[in-house]
Amino acid sequence: MAYIKEEYDIVVVGAGHAGCEAALAAARLGKKTIVFTVSVDSIALMPCNPNIGGSSKGHLVRELDALGGEMGKNIDKTFIQSRMLNTSKGPAVHSLRAQADKQDYSRAMRKTLENTDNLTIRQAEVAELIVEDGRVQGVKTFSQGEYRAKAVILATGTYLKARCIYGDVSNYTGPNGLQAANHLSDSMVENGIPVRRFKTGTPARVDKRSLDFSKMQEQKGDVPIVPFSFSTDPATIQKEQVSCWLTYTNEETHRIIRENIDRSPLFSGAIEGTGPRYCPSIEDKVVKFPEKGRHQIFVEPEGNYTNEMYLSGMSSSLPEDVQYAMYKTLPGLENVKIVRNAYAIEYDCVNANEVLASLEFKKIKGLYSAGQINGSSGYEEAAVQGFMAGVNAVREIDGKEPVILDRSQAYIGVLIDDLVTKENMEPYRMMTSRAEYRLLLRQDNADLRLTDIGHEIGLVSDERWRAVQQKKELITSEVARIKEIPVGANKKTQEILEKYGSSPLNTGVTLDELVRRPELDYEKLLDLDPEHKDLPQDVIEQINIEIKYEGYIARQQKQVDNFRRVEQRKLSPDIDYKSISGLRLEAGQKLDKFKPLSIGQASRISGVTPADISVLLIYLSKEGK
Amino acid sequence: MIHQTETIAAIATAMNNSGIGIIRISGADAFSIIHKIFRPAKEKDMQQVSSHTVHYGIIMDGDRIVDEVLVLIMKGPHTYTREDTVEIDCHGGMYVLNKTLELVLKNGARAAEPGEFTKRAFLNGRIDLSQAEAVIDVINAENDFALKSAVTQLKGSVSEKIRKEREVLLEQIAYIEAALDDPEHIEMDGYGDTLLPILQECRADIEALLANADDGRILKEGIKTVILGKPNVGKSSLLNALLGQDRAIVTEIAGTTRDALEESLRLNDVVLNMIDTAGIRSTEDVIEKIGVDKAKEYAKEADLIVFVADASRPLDENDREIISIIRDKKVIALLNKQDLEEAADREELKALLGEIPLIETSIVENVGLDTFVKTIREMFYRKEINFNDQVYITNARQKSALAAAEAALDKAVDSIAAGMSEDFFTIDMMDAYTQLGLVIGETVEDDLADEIFSRFCMGK
Repeated sequence: MAYIKEEYDIVVVGAGHAGCEAALAAARLGKKTIVFTVSVDSIALMPCNPNIGGSSKGHLVRELDALGGEMGKNIDKTFIQSRMLNTSKGPAVHSLRAQADKQDYSRAMRKTLENTDNLTIRQAEVAELIVEDGRVQGVKTFSQGEYRAKAVILATGTYLKARCIYGDVSNYTGPNGLQAANHLSDSMVENGIPVRRFKTGTPARVDKRSLDFSKMQEQKGDVPIVPFSFSTDPATIQKEQVSCWLTYTNEETHRIIRENIDRSPLFSGAIEGTGPRYCPSIEDKVVKFPEKGRHQIFVEPEGNYTNEMYLSGMSSSLPEDVQYAMYKTLPGLENVKIVRNAYAIEYDCVNANEVLASLEFKKIKGLYSAGQINGSSGYEEAAVQGFMAGVNAVREIDGKEPVILDRSQAYIGVLIDDLVTKENMEPYRMMTSRAEYRLLLRQDNADLRLTDIGHEIGLVSDERWRAVQQKKELITSEVARIKEIPVGANKKTQEILEKYGSSPLNTGVTLDELVRRPELDYEKLLDLDPEHKDLPQDVIEQINIEIKYEGYIARQQKQVDNFRRVEQRKLSPDIDYKSISGLRLEAGQKLDKFKPLSIGQASRISGVTPADISVLLIYLSKEGK
Repeated sequence: MIHQTETIAAIATAMNNSGIGIIRISGADAFSIIHKIFRPAKEKDMQQVSSHTVHYGIIMDGDRIVDEVLVLIMKGPHTYTREDTVEIDCHGGMYVLNKTLELVLKNGARAAEPGEFTKRAFLNGRIDLSQAEAVIDVINAENDFALKSAVTQLKGSVSEKIRKEREVLLEQIAYIEAALDDPEHIEMDGYGDTLLPILQECRADIEALLANADDGRILKEGIKTVILGKPNVGKSSLLNALLGQDRAIVTEIAGTTRDALEESLRLNDVVLNMIDTAGIRSTEDVIEKIGVDKAKEYAKEADLIVFVADASRPLDENDREIISIIRDKKVIALLNKQDLEEAADREELKALLGEIPLIETSIVENVGLDTFVKTIREMFYRKEINFNDQVYITNARQKSALAAAEAALDKAVDSIAAGMSEDFFTIDMMDAYTQLGLVIGETVEDDLADEIFSRFCMGK
């Protein structure tokens, strides 16, 4: 018998990176929201790597920020080092990454949650879903509290029946020894949601005082620092940064690993979960890439108030004694003291093919899932899903259409489309190569792409929205203007060209043609343009990109136009595909299972052929009349 | 509608069945395309002429005359597809028909998908709903055929080559993408210098494939068939009889590599490419003229061998030698001249032939030919005989995909030359990879992610 009964609009299960964004979005949109966590001290915990962003993940954070999410603001408050990766490459693959002070990050997010109206934080293990007539009605906690709600968002991370494996020994706990959630997956199965087992891992943390940094390469942060959030003033975050350090494994390390490989639960079969290929354990790397004589290991600080250092590249589930032996072979780690062992963690998650692109379960109305429970990995991947689930749960309650970003609008769209449409057999990580239109989906233009949508959702202020509108206008008018500015082949021009090692002009050109040259840019040519206005740095950046990569951008835009045409042909989730004559059996089954929302999405389902798509189109026009 | 803005074109008459044929172009650019390639006998602007009019003139490829044609101009919506439509009535045979189609494609049309005109007709409301099921059948059937011709036909050296190019491309793309995703672990500065010769070689290979496709072998779709037998057993009668059948349609194919011609012979839905060795149609005998070595060579290349024996004469060394050459091939044996008194040792022949089906015929009296044709079709549908391994780029769809791959590689090479960074190279390399996949009927799916993970050691 339930002895506590409370009513909310929205229940969020879990307060990790997905849960926090979901809860904040829901509460900020005015819904009475409760977020459950097994430990209030672990809100927005970073149990693995001590950084936010990186290749493609930095894009996700920027996009989330433009839509009105919290992660970008939170890392801007709590970072201890910041770098823009890939700056020697094109703008599409520039990626911001910041080392976080983990405790600060967690504390700052907790503070934000605690001070958000409409939001209740509750420490309890959610054990049961309440489902009536195909619609979720709330949850029950292990201690028999009953919480009724119009929507429930599952953001359980790696906690469902979690098991941590340290070589020969294992514990049934969540990350960092936190309590696992051992009941909710049974309730999910009872309600017709199958679960599966995934696996991931984390490296050891070691004591800074036991390391000899003189044997490692130092890696400093960037100056000046670029913020994640479009609403953070760069001037307010310039600060002293902490360094990371680089060392390498060697043949001796690999020998120790090979000799003890039979004691690794991954190889002995003691771990049944499917692990990610992109984040292999060190034993995986040694076995799979025997030709590599060494692997890079980054030693990264976990925060300002701790001596713990994270051994990036060294995740492992080998037993403790082997871990010690192999770490000691690394230059600078000869006397290493481990603070926390590396471990692998196994957990229950769902196949995201069970959810729609809105992240609502196909079978249970009002029930959403976000983050690692959907088979993704990474803080950033989780956060963006949490946000979208939160927003869409609110919209569903309000009777509005869900917000679904497509593959041409955002990495978020690519991520969710991949999760719900493709067969993912391992934890899914975002990568820039997964985005077909990445030249358009840059981290530098996330605000231009998505602020409108964030504003429409209601999580971006009018003020910020207007600022972005102005920025867009500035960019457009300035690009148009410099395409009209004539530059003569005169002495002044040639001098400026010579100064930057650019070949002299034979005839007059327009200014944009010079901006296009790789060795030149808008700012270098200001002297040739006496009527120029003083423009903000972010506007200049966009002008340079638009002009320099114009041809490529136009080509990709054309591809997007084609893509959109197909994407706009909507498919109702109520279509009975098995009844459509002419559709091959396999295609009918696949389509029935996936319930794609558009012809475009249908065409990406493996096993659906172009002929099947033709049949669908015919069916659509038949029904439409 | 899904493809509405794209202009499509295809040969609208059945392939391989006559020297004349019609190319149909449908879509918004139909008139501007014909304007570019057609020179009317009387000067006029083809974009301005009235609807449903016929125009006489020539198709030009630059300065070169391709064919004398009639062009039919039809403005939408009063057309089959309800779109602007042009039909080119060609007279110069299959080769010229294909050339003209290529020209149309080069000038902005896309090769039509199987059944696409019908599909558009339906989607644009031209065909009524009761016909929908039939349309689906058409699409499925055409799709099956297209798959067969695009994929299984190309199983030999060409698809092998394309697969190899794709592997090379994917490997390079994966390297670059892995380095982009994990810049701290994988070094890539100056990679353009390494990549350039690889892309150029890949491009040259594709160019060679395209050149091959141009020399006329493009038309050789079908089962390569050779008739063997000692002198005067009725080989030429057989061929002539097949040619004379109502349902058999013959096309001469020019420009094959060997001195012999091939004849394309359509028996209902099965197309045979009869190797017309220097004397098959004359009364001269093949074995004598071409010798056993030549017979061996033909037997090696052929998909199907028709062995003809003479029932009115005893089996001799010639018969035995031929049978020994063809034993492990797909063979249909005919015991001909059943109208004469039997002198051949039928039991010995059966023993020599083993599993090979033996059909009794009298070609002059038209006996057994139906059984022969039926046997070929059955073997084909049981997939015992298949299109030969030496088929080249067989259709315009494949050609346009190859050309697109070539163009994409050009763009990638341009990007390297322009000093762009590596992430720009992969945009066009991926495009080339996808286009090559279309040629051999393979899609992209998750190739890239798989390749990256299997080859590179990524991440934290």
